[in-house]
Amino acid sequence: MPSNRLNQTSMNKIVKNAEEAITGIKDQMTLMLGGFGLCGIPENSISALVNAGVTGLTCISNNAGVDDFGLGLLLKKKQIKKMISSYVGENQEFERQMLSGELLVDLIPQGSLAARCQAAGAGVPAFFTPAGYGTEVAEGKEVRYFGGKPHILEAALQADFAIVKAWKGDSFGNLIYKGTARNFNPVMAMAGKITIAEVEHLVEPGELDPNFIHTPGVFVQRIFEGNNYEKRIEQRTVRKRSEV
Amino acid sequence: MLDKTGIAKRIAQELQDGWYVNLGIGIPTLIANYVPDGLNVVFQSENGILGMGPFPWEGEEDADLINAGKQTITAMPGAAIFDSATSFAMIRGQHIQLTVLGAMEVSDQGDIANWKIPGKMVKGMGGAMDLVASADNIIVAMMHTNRKGQSKLLRQCSLPLTGVKCVKKVVTNLAVLDITDDGFKLIERAPGVTVDMIKQATEGALIVEGDIPEMNI
Repeated sequence: MPSNRLNQTSMNKIVKNAEEAITGIKDQMTLMLGGFGLCGIPENSISALVNAGVTGLTCISNNAGVDDFGLGLLLKKKQIKKMISSYVGENQEFERQMLSGELLVDLIPQGSLAARCQAAGAGVPAFFTPAGYGTEVAEGKEVRYFGGKPHILEAALQADFAIVKAWKGDSFGNLIYKGTARNFNPVMAMAGKITIAEVEHLVEPGELDPNFIHTPGVFVQRIFEGNNYEKRIEQRTVRKRSEV
Repeated sequence: MLDKTGIAKRIAQELQDGWYVNLGIGIPTLIANYVPDGLNVVFQSENGILGMGPFPWEGEEDADLINAGKQTITAMPGAAIFDSATSFAMIRGQHIQLTVLGAMEVSDQGDIANWKIPGKMVKGMGGAMDLVASADNIIVAMMHTNRKGQSKLLRQCSLPLTGVKCVKKVVTNLAVLDITDDGFKLIERAPGVTVDMIKQATEGALIVEGDIPEMNI
């Protein structure tokens, strides 16, 4: 059969909504969720997970949301067994569950978290980093010296599902992020065995300039256009014009 | 004696033209308000922005533009946005000339503890361990003593460490101190503060040589 590469090729990874997107996420699975604080979190998918009632989850995410928004919603309903994060200070319920032993927590350096996700997506099983040497983070880890300086061995971090939030995406799964809502989303998109992307604007293939794609679609398996984004601001810091 | 603003103003004097600087949450963020006129400095925020600007005008907040402390900010002309892996590549790859952060304890060998009080406060280390392990130039901004009046400049840190042998300079409400092989070396006194007051408040090894000048703020 003659091949004709001038034929339009298309990928269709579009699913209808968050409920459909999270199909296959089961109890006890490991999930990665993008976002820094409440910025760039996959709001619709988190709601869908709360409604679906999946439990025993291990969640890899830089932060744990606040008490009544973001991952805090899953924590409140005791759906999370273990958190892997770098900072959880904004969530009192989180701190309470952690100090009482109800919730298992691995606190890991933010840079190592980002690099470990990227490494998984990039087929790099482990790497050395100076971050955490001499601290409790280094316990049990191999130490090697490079340039006379000690480094610890960190392993790649993978997830059954990675759930990311982007600004625009197309049916190929190509993603563009806006502002600091980018943060962990690109590296987590690479690291999920299955990656779900929720976007504010789902556009036609060809509309996104290939030069400016942040996450190439190869990393994404499911994409949907979300709605009703609250985009809550944690610390609304401003200058008042009367101050000038 | 200095207040938090005073500490920030003194550290701002350390900035050099063309530097990329990371400011931790708390006192360090105030430093951005005191960049000397004419000095070109770019502030990096670990969540993915170079060229962090001041807080937005009231009513112009953008939920998609925040700093590491989750505060709404603006972006300066010439700013760049990138992902978390790239952000920490900048940090770990030593492309940032100065890191300023707070601390609970600093040892006279340059160890720093600023992320955990076991059983009481376990918020997490965030980017601190990456920052202190990688930066050539680390300044700690903190009060000289804690709320109980105990010294925060110690022989050895008692709290879980963030990093070892990494702090270069400490600026407190009482003094500017360099960290040398032999311990804390007193460089300047805060206005109205005597060398004796500093000695009383410093538990770690303290070197005092010659006349110690007063800070010029």
